[in-house]
Amino acid sequence: MNITFILQATILAMIPLMLGALAGAFSEHSGIINLGLDGEMIIGAFVGCIFCRGLIESGAFVKNSQWLYILAMIIAALAGAVFSLLLSFSAIKMKADQTIGGTAINMLAPALVLTFGLLFFNGERIPSKAMFQLNYSTYSNKDFGAAVKANGILKFFFNEVYISTYIVIVLFIILSIWLYKSKTGTHLRACGEHPQAAASVGINVIKMRYLGATLSGAMAGLAGFIYIATQTGTEAESNVGGLGFLALAIMIFGNWKPLWIALGSILFGFVRCLSVIYTSIPFLAALPLPSYFYGMLPYIIVLIVLVITRKKSGCPKAEGIPYEIGER
Amino acid sequence: MAKTDELSRKVKLPYEGLKSIGSSIICILIGIFIGFIIMAFSAISIKDANPWKGLAYLFAGPFTALDMTMDFGNMIFYTVPLIFTSLSVAVAYKTGLFNIGAPGQFLIGTMFALLVALNINCANNPVAGVFVWILALLVAAIGGLLWGLIPGFLKGFFGINEVIVTIMTNWIAANLFTLVFSSDGLSHLINKGDGKSGYLITTAVTGTGTPDLGLKALTHNSYLDIGIFIAIIIAILCFLLMNKTTLGYSLRACGLNKFSAKYAGMSDRFNVVFVMGLAGALAGLGGAFYYLNPGIEIAFQSIYQNLPAYGFSGIAGAFLANCNPIGCIFAALFIRYINASGTNLASCGYNQYFADIIIAVIIYLSGFTSFFKGLFPSAWKNIKKLFTPKKPPVPDSVNSTEHGRLDK
Repeated sequence: MNITFILQATILAMIPLMLGALAGAFSEHSGIINLGLDGEMIIGAFVGCIFCRGLIESGAFVKNSQWLYILAMIIAALAGAVFSLLLSFSAIKMKADQTIGGTAINMLAPALVLTFGLLFFNGERIPSKAMFQLNYSTYSNKDFGAAVKANGILKFFFNEVYISTYIVIVLFIILSIWLYKSKTGTHLRACGEHPQAAASVGINVIKMRYLGATLSGAMAGLAGFIYIATQTGTEAESNVGGLGFLALAIMIFGNWKPLWIALGSILFGFVRCLSVIYTSIPFLAALPLPSYFYGMLPYIIVLIVLVITRKKSGCPKAEGIPYEIGER
Repeated sequence: MAKTDELSRKVKLPYEGLKSIGSSIICILIGIFIGFIIMAFSAISIKDANPWKGLAYLFAGPFTALDMTMDFGNMIFYTVPLIFTSLSVAVAYKTGLFNIGAPGQFLIGTMFALLVALNINCANNPVAGVFVWILALLVAAIGGLLWGLIPGFLKGFFGINEVIVTIMTNWIAANLFTLVFSSDGLSHLINKGDGKSGYLITTAVTGTGTPDLGLKALTHNSYLDIGIFIAIIIAILCFLLMNKTTLGYSLRACGLNKFSAKYAGMSDRFNVVFVMGLAGALAGLGGAFYYLNPGIEIAFQSIYQNLPAYGFSGIAGAFLANCNPIGCIFAALFIRYINASGTNLASCGYNQYFADIIIAVIIYLSGFTSFFKGLFPSAWKNIKKLFTPKKPPVPDSVNSTEHGRLDK
């Protein structure tokens, strides 16, 4: 048992959750409830996975697996963005109930994955044969590899990690700052609070809502692909372990604010890996508690924390309400 | 003029209902059309796939298999839990709450029902078996109710978003289920025969299953039992509760506008707690009716990994029914009808998941109800205009004399 292992496992569990929750927040700040996060993640994971599989089978990128990973992440994000257009079309253009749109997306994604998985890959699980983990033996620079193996701090940051972790952390910070400090980001949030007021100062509410939902879809697709790449051995399935719904929960838990979302996902990621690794912690392993107890512990803790820290909801005021021009 | 107004007011409500049904039919037809297009396109890459045959299978539902009677019986049986979970989501949604907690409530209901039904052995006493069955149902409803009260209470008294709480309670329920049945005290409920592992015994062993009153034999040994009748009765009761009672009015008012309902003296706290309890009880009953069937066994050991699909399909059923409790019966039947065609699709080159795509597309389109309704003439009056011959124009002289008289 060592601290490094627990921390690394926490970070791995936290990264897709954090990105998914931010995806939800982007959409909701623009005024659209993105209940379809789970579906968008499934599609992102599926497309990213078959992209990797195709390229690996064609023999390209055999040496440069990290470039393949980055490319696949971009493809997965694009897939999520395109798929989310279904939701934004129904919510913005057709003014449909956004809960229905999201539910439909959540049903459509696994159905599509299963259908085409069976049709083209003869299975409900689609392995991609891709391995993206970095460890000291994979670095092409042998001196660096040796240094990673020897040095404790370097080992923590560069051994048995994924490049996606750092990409997501940077992306998370940039996007959060963008949402709160940039002109477009402020406009986007205005559309979720009071679209008519936003429109009265010349903001194109419809465009902003499309932007929010599409960015949200892209992030969700990316989060789904990172989830399968880091936690299920890059194998696409018809589900992402309920990650989308968990991300929604973390978003609400984080009161729709990026900083709290990050803290919430750290807490949740930590308690969730506790359920996997509790046997290696001596005083927990000594307790006569069944493993299923640790399985529900994260959810119970979130509920307790919610009751204790309940505060004024940061929920965007106009979320879920279709934008009608001329309404006050 | 006043008379026609009165008439149009009288027929207005049924006409609105007709418009909803009409728009649902449009959704369904477009959904099946899109499914057909997907089948036609994927036919390019599949050997001996025939989209026309696939389309015919879709419309035929369960009536293409070798043993249609049995398939039909099973279809009706699988509808029962779906009616309950749809009702669960629908009543909550009418009150302005989104109950994603149906999977968890379904599991807790199942757990309570099985704890009663599997622990009391009535194999030799069929009459006692029926009483135990009724007890199991009541306990399942209570279990679901208690589980539904958690989000209801947290929402009503602490203002915590019910979506997050129900997502959490779902996973707690899933883990709790496996935890309870894998405890040492309940090892006698585990099915040790058949070379299987991780399954519980069924009510066929204890004789406390849902009675079938000969329906099983009638449908060539399908799973069909009397659950469907109870489901229909409960759906009607829900309809009466929501639409014909003061409480239901208050619940719906709460769903339309929480603040004005509160202003009008309705207790939103009570409403929230009550409706979440009701939703939980309904979903719990769904679980009980599914797993109390003597033919259905449950793999308790893997329950904690995935939430039951019945809970989430309930959301689909509720939205397809526009959250009308009576509509939930038909929506659930429809979903199962299309699903039943799924396995038959495999025989013409496709797979069962095409049916899921079509259902998803239909749910997606059901969000556009207001748009589709707009395609119909706006009121009954206009329809009458289409069929009644135009009146001859009123002669000018009449108007002018009246006008003249007024002038004087």
